[in-house]
Amino acid sequence: MTDRIAILGGGTGGTVLANNLADRLALEIDAGDVEVTLINDDPDHVYKPVWLYVPFGQREPADGRRPLRDLVDDRVDVAIDRVTEIDTDAKELALRDGSGPLGYDHLVVATGSTLADDEIPGLAAGGHDYYSESGALALRDELLSMTEGHLVLSVVGTPHMCPAAPLEFVFMADSWFRQRGLRDDIEITYTYPINRVHGNPQIGEWADPIMAERDINTETFFNAESVDPDAKTITSMEGTELDYDLLAAIPPHRGVDVVDEAGLGDRGWVDVDKHTLEAETADNVYALGDAATTGVPKAGSVAHYQAGVVAQRLESEIRGRPATATYDGKTLCFIETGMDAASFVEFDYENPPSPAPPSEKLHWSKLAYNESYWLTARGLL
Amino acid sequence: MSDIDIEPTDTVDARGAACPGPLMDLIGRVRSASSGDVILLLSDNDQSLTDVSEWVDETDNELLAVDESGDDYGFYVEVA
Repeated sequence: MTDRIAILGGGTGGTVLANNLADRLALEIDAGDVEVTLINDDPDHVYKPVWLYVPFGQREPADGRRPLRDLVDDRVDVAIDRVTEIDTDAKELALRDGSGPLGYDHLVVATGSTLADDEIPGLAAGGHDYYSESGALALRDELLSMTEGHLVLSVVGTPHMCPAAPLEFVFMADSWFRQRGLRDDIEITYTYPINRVHGNPQIGEWADPIMAERDINTETFFNAESVDPDAKTITSMEGTELDYDLLAAIPPHRGVDVVDEAGLGDRGWVDVDKHTLEAETADNVYALGDAATTGVPKAGSVAHYQAGVVAQRLESEIRGRPATATYDGKTLCFIETGMDAASFVEFDYENPPSPAPPSEKLHWSKLAYNESYWLTARGLL
Repeated sequence: MSDIDIEPTDTVDARGAACPGPLMDLIGRVRSASSGDVILLLSDNDQSLTDVSEWVDETDNELLAVDESGDDYGFYVEVA
């Protein structure tokens, strides 16, 4: 009997997992004992960290796109389709374009994050973002034409992809405007929903004095309730109203609806055991990356490491051994602190981060990793 | 054993969530709640003791009680 593994989502987690499984289970796949199918609704694989650089004219969205089939081992079946229903009792997936339901023996949900601007009235019309290709391009146009006024970066929703990116954006904007001789005429304000500038206390304590030193205003306990695009104001649940000339916002995030409809979790996030990554409400289902509620950041490094754990566990299960691999919360993150310096953090469930002193070397390390990311997607790095 | 006698309208179980997850889960539920609703937030994160009370102070909502009698914390928040 053939073991059928279905992976939903061809982002970092799903793609790394597919290639990892193709390597680990090559003999079984070649013998017809295992099938791995990767389902993605976009023929391209998208590397989202590129988008941070688009508003500053340093990258193009195309730099973050490659055909998914070019990145995935030939032992993996790639289906460009969209899953419209997950039936965890029948172990079947309904596909939008496919001819019939796709059965599975092992399912991995790696469906990532989507943006939910519509949850905040006025946000879509009044705000810009760099969490999408179109958003990053529109924000680039706005930044290029900005010579004076008030730039507000508002973290509207958490959890969101890449928790460091809002800090990076204001640090880069500060540096970018200084280099262009415009900073004296541009006020920058950063808002965050809780009582510090970052969800992680150690990173918040590290970033706070840098904000003060750079003359970046901070508004904490600011949970955006509405945006008025005509008046150019953003108002919080706590009653604070800010005027802006340019609003860059981190929109609320959701997963995909089929997760909720399958009873796997809420808002598209799958409830999992944070060590085994097994779904809590269904058998033979894993989730990883943004889609899994592990409490760690929704970041590419997390998806990458979790993919390795799930691959090992599936290999063990298919070979009839106890699955012993577990995820320890490992997260790596470079944090740009300007246009030519960056910091770096590494942490896990037990060990908090300790941001490295910003340096040019770390900045180039981040850019170098972004270029070599395609080796990660292929399972080589 | 808790002697708190408050019947919550809704319960948010954020046990196991890392900081600031519990507070953000509470805020998310407050967004969709009606005035007068009482939301019970369950958290096992010590940071919630300061996060929740400080946030409530910033708003017109009211922290009715905090249950510290068990292994987890229970925060009863009345929505303004």
